[in-house]
Order: sequence, then C-alpha cells, then structure tokens
Amino acid sequence: MTRHRADPLNPRVSFAECPARERIKLLFDEDSFSEWITPSQRVMSPHLAQLGVPSSFDDGVAIGEARLDGHTVFVAAQEGEFIGGGVGEVHGAKMVGLFKRGLRDRPAAVVLLAESGGVRLHEANAGLIAVSEVMRALLDARAAGIPVIVLIGGANGCFGGMGIVARCADHVVMSDIGRLAMSGPEVIEASHGVEEFDSRDRALVWRTTGGKHRYLLGDCDQLVDDDVQAFRAAAIAALAKGRPFSLAALEEEHALLARRLAAANGCDAIDLWQAIGIAQAAAVPDMNATQVRALRPPDEIVR
Amino acid sequence: MSVPMGIETLDYEFPGRRPAGHFAPVLVGVVGSGNLEAMLEPAPTSTCRFAVQTSARGFGAIWKAVLRDFQEHHSLAGVTVSINDMGATPAVVSLRLAQAAAEIE
Repeated sequence: MTRHRADPLNPRVSFAECPARERIKLLFDEDSFSEWITPSQRVMSPHLAQLGVPSSFDDGVAIGEARLDGHTVFVAAQEGEFIGGGVGEVHGAKMVGLFKRGLRDRPAAVVLLAESGGVRLHEANAGLIAVSEVMRALLDARAAGIPVIVLIGGANGCFGGMGIVARCADHVVMSDIGRLAMSGPEVIEASHGVEEFDSRDRALVWRTTGGKHRYLLGDCDQLVDDDVQAFRAAAIAALAKGRPFSLAALEEEHALLARRLAAANGCDAIDLWQAIGIAQAAAVPDMNATQVRALRPPDEIVR
Repeated sequence: MSVPMGIETLDYEFPGRRPAGHFAPVLVGVVGSGNLEAMLEPAPTSTCRFAVQTSARGFGAIWKAVLRDFQEHHSLAGVTVSINDMGATPAVVSLRLAQAAAEIE
C-alpha cells in the first residue's frame, strides 16, 4: 500500500487522527518497519481477561526497527485508543526490551511515539513497575550514547508515568494539540477541587499542558503542526541532537525548575509566560504553531 | 435479567469456496470503545473460522448473522479471523472485516 509523502495533491495527514500503526507507516521510510513480537505471536496481557476487559494482540504498543531518512532506528508506538495507551506489564516489557536491544545493536536513535494516560490501573503494581523499568532502560540507552526522541501528538496526550518517561528523553517533539504532564486534568480536579483546576475548561487544560506551553517553557524542543510529515521532519532533525547526560546537566535542570516554580507562584500559564519574558503572552492561545515558534528561538530555553 | 461479568468467547465456522493461500497476517482496527481489532491468519482448512472475544455479552445471534453475511460475500477458505471486540456495532464489525478482507484479496 503506497501512501502520501509530500504529495501536493494529498492534504496533510493528521498525526492525532492516525492509529499507532498508521503513524509508523507514514513517519518512517516507506515499508522499512520490521515488527518484533508481532500481533500473531499473541503476547498479551495476563491480567485484563481476569477483569473482564478485552485484550489486544499487541497489548497496545507496536515495537520494531525502521529507517528514518536512511538511518536505522528503533521504534515504539503506543495506541492511545486501547485503554488510553495505558502501560501494562507486557506493554512496558516490550518497550524495555526495545531499549535493551538498542544497547546491543546501537541504532541511530530510539523513537518513541508516546500516547498514554500512564500506568494501566487494571494491572496495578505490575504496571507501575513496568513504567519504572521503562525509565531505567531509557536512561541506560542514553548513558550508552543512544539518543531517545519522543513524539507527542495523540488525542490522549502523554501523562502520568509516560509524562516522566518523555522528560527523561533527549528530545521531545510536540504538536500544538499534543499534551504533556504528570497528573491529568481530571486527576488534579478530583484531588484539589474545581476551584484549583476545572478539567472541563479546555482552554485552561491546553494552556497548562499543551504543546505551545511546553515549547515556550522548553519542556519540548520542537513544536510542529498536527501533520505526520512535520513530525517526520522534526524527528530527522532531532537525530543529530543528543542532550548531555551528566550530573551537571541534571543539576542545571533542577536549578531551572526551581527558578520557574518561583516565577510561576501559583499563577496562570499566561502570567508565567509573561514572567519569563515571552512577548505577546496573552495572544499565545490564539496563535498557531508557526507563530509560537517565532516567540522562542529553537535551541534556546528561557532561563 | 442478570448478565454475568467478563469476556464472552464465541466461535463460528463457515465453509468457503475461495482458498486464500498463504498470506502475511493482517491486523485491522483497534480495541477501543465501540471498535474492535480483527486479525486474519492463514489456516490449513477449507473453511473460514471466526474466534471472537467480546466485552458485550449476550449478542451471539447477531454475531453469527453478521459473520455469515460477511462470509456469503467473501467465501474465504483457509482463514482464521480472530477478533477482540469492545462493543462494536454490527455496521462497524462489517466494515472492519471488509477492510481486512481487502488487504488479502
């Protein structure tokens, strides 16, 4: 099946609307994906059926090897429509195995197409352990000099443990409709009340967790339109951009976060953008990705 | 009426006239609300077998009618269709099966 690639006759393909496997097909070099632990091997969740919840043949994540602009990369793509991309025991183990194989085979990068609400609650501790093992495996890969690139643009965003996983990576690419955070909007409202955070206020949700906010703060490195080819171009550009993986880099990051916390002081995102010197902060929610990119130089985080 | 908890497993087998031969397994759809995934694999039989796991219990008669209708159109032989369902409507089931059949035809 041949698909649209920079064809002027075809409209752009929404990254958000593609299922995980379609994203892989369109993002990497044509027909270059080779899957490991295929659906027909039926390596499935041992927990879901006991709870009366349907399982999936791939446990919600496809892993394998592909080429990106000719470079061999390892790939994991989470399916957000299956239990919100929740990480269960098998789902997590597949990602861990991918990173471990990366240590052996040394791909040009590991590319993670993340779409997840975090731990799959049905699998409780097994899911929590799985997510922590993913973090460790990701950091081992980085310590060995293999860059990890995370792409976030699915409707479910990237939350919970997977939000932490994303921020452990070298490079994060988001679309403006992508979201990245720890606790999701409903969780914050449930624990702190609607006065603290109204999860039904979509504008509030996006300016607090959305791609534009993450880009302005430097939590994401590239902001793109909701377009599979834009994500592809950003992933190719990210191949050459490993981040230093050292104690000094970690301490610098902590200092940045401490300054940001002081600047935020419980205020709204717009006030925070203003506080860190973003021009036209109040107009950001109405801007598109191109306009927001112009507010912050690509490789510069507001310190 | 009390409906027991859990997944219902359904199995159907229909004769077919068109052997599919060897093909790489095909997976379509996603196990999401109102959706399903269907995987087609080659099998050493002269029939088309359907193995359904569904969260919506008690719809066996409708499944049988929808799958028989599919098989009347496609008459596949030597194929196993494995389905994980999360409450897909009959129309969605038919569309997914047609999508999968198109990939091996």
